[in-house]
Amino acid sequence: MNQPIATLTDVKKSYRNGRHKVDVLSDLNLEVKQGEFLALMGPSGSGKSTLLNLLGGMDKPTAGAVEVAGKRIDKMNQTQLAGWRANHIGVVFQFYNLLPVLSAQKNVELPLLLHKMSAAERRKRAATVLEIVDLTDRAGHRPAELSGGQQQRVAIARALVTDPMLLICDEPTGDLDRSTADEIMGLLETLNREYGKTIIMVTHDPKAAEHATHILYLDKGRLSTEAAA
Amino acid sequence: MLAAIKQALAIAAINLGSLRNRLGASSVIVVGIAGVVGVITAMLAMAEGFQQTLEGAGRTDQVVLLSTGSSDEMSSGITRDVVDIITSLPDIARDAENTPLASPEVYVVSNVPKRTTDTDANMPVRGVTLAAPELREDFAIIEGRMFQSGRNEMIVGRSAVEQFKGLDMGSVLSARGSQWTVVGIFSTGGNVYESEAWVDATVAQTAFRRGNVFQSIRLRLEHEDAFDEFIAALETDRRVQVNAMRETDYFTKQSQALSATIRGFGFAIGLIMAIGAIFGALNTMYSAVSARKVDIATLRALGFGSFPVVTSILLESLILALAGGILGGLGMYFILNGYTISTLNNATFSQVVFDFMVTPELLLSGIVIALLLGLIGGLLPALRAARVPIAVAFRDF
Repeated sequence: MNQPIATLTDVKKSYRNGRHKVDVLSDLNLEVKQGEFLALMGPSGSGKSTLLNLLGGMDKPTAGAVEVAGKRIDKMNQTQLAGWRANHIGVVFQFYNLLPVLSAQKNVELPLLLHKMSAAERRKRAATVLEIVDLTDRAGHRPAELSGGQQQRVAIARALVTDPMLLICDEPTGDLDRSTADEIMGLLETLNREYGKTIIMVTHDPKAAEHATHILYLDKGRLSTEAAA
Repeated sequence: MLAAIKQALAIAAINLGSLRNRLGASSVIVVGIAGVVGVITAMLAMAEGFQQTLEGAGRTDQVVLLSTGSSDEMSSGITRDVVDIITSLPDIARDAENTPLASPEVYVVSNVPKRTTDTDANMPVRGVTLAAPELREDFAIIEGRMFQSGRNEMIVGRSAVEQFKGLDMGSVLSARGSQWTVVGIFSTGGNVYESEAWVDATVAQTAFRRGNVFQSIRLRLEHEDAFDEFIAALETDRRVQVNAMRETDYFTKQSQALSATIRGFGFAIGLIMAIGAIFGALNTMYSAVSARKVDIATLRALGFGSFPVVTSILLESLILALAGGILGGLGMYFILNGYTISTLNNATFSQVVFDFMVTPELLLSGIVIALLLGLIGGLLPALRAARVPIAVAFRDF
């Protein structure tokens, strides 16, 4: 049995919207095991991205515990969280979020600036992951010179380059057409199956979710294994 | 810390790489700060030029004597008797003919039209003895000849010729009811005497109805350490009621008031412009941060800390400010350095001709001011960029 890599215990998250308090997540419990590919689905505003941000150390819960890779990240300060993210998390965004002034190669090298390594080693590692996502021939291109699918593959390469223990993907196919989306999902599936990467993905797309090993539905801040009627 | 600086430099390089896409907005900072630095540099260059023109005329081994209670030549009066007593005191240097190196001088101002505006301005006319050139360092007749004693002849300083009309060689100048023929043009190494016209002191006393009175005495001591001894000797004679000071101190006092006014005026204008430039920089940097909100949030999501983000934005602001500082400073250097103007010296009510002096120190000050403005303009946007929660930055996208 695989060990849990992420555990959320009695997590609450609420925001203030003017004078109103909005509860996004309520008493949420979740365990994600190592090597799992979890798809989180649910309607807009159900708290999927909030949950993903909590798991990725980009947000803090209002109450409850968030433990990832044996660390209580809800107890960390912003500086500790930044260092923790650099070492343990790879993030893939819906709109790729590549830096427009950098080439694909430089975008992929970016997270490695946070690690102690030579420029030559950075180049080598970036080239390796670009090969995994089949973009070696586009390494020198800037994002504007790449298609949406290619940009998302660069973003996946950037998320992979530090060899993180957890890959979090926020609507990775949300901006892509069907065939490109299938291609990206195939890539994520390969990373999960062949490279053993633990992936937590938020998606609206049922076809994308089919590639995951588990699907959970989030509605009104609560998780279930079945979609709400 | 080293890692954080390395990260900051990496992000700054990325930010600067995108400057090309934000040239218009970024130029607001550069031009705004260049304007502030330009104005401050211009005013300080004016003050510097004025000060150096006056202070450059002084020697520590020379003494200026005015009548007691006078701080300038305009209000001073020393009779011939007193002049004779003073020039017979010990410690005064002597020339080859064993004559004391001392020059009792008459000082008046005369209305002469300026070349630039054709309006009358006060030109100093100095009645001097033949010892006067010896007491002015770098004195040289550059055109024509020295005036002859006892004649209504005049030699004029190079700067005076450039600033005033009717002083060319051979011209006849009407000054305070008397006619003077310009027979020579002199230079004194660019100092304040070049703003003057010189005539024979005895003729000047008659022409300007000064009786047997001089306005000042300049004399050279045997050496600069003899000053205290000379003053002591001066004070023992009760017939002598004069105010003696080293020539360098005299010119420093003369230049202080106007230099301070020009500097104060420069800083006041500069301050007003600086406030505007800070708002310009703030606006530009807020816009820059807002335009790159997602980029910044992405970098932070990847693990870049707040310090590198703040530092990188500050670096960008400082680099733009530095460009503004260099532009403003060098702009003023090329436009104004060496440019000659004249202004009224309140101490003597006469025009002093001087050059703007954009010194390396002024350029450096300009750059320091620019960096300060860039720091203020960049700090708040940088702090905001680093403080916005990552999730909020993405949600607002």
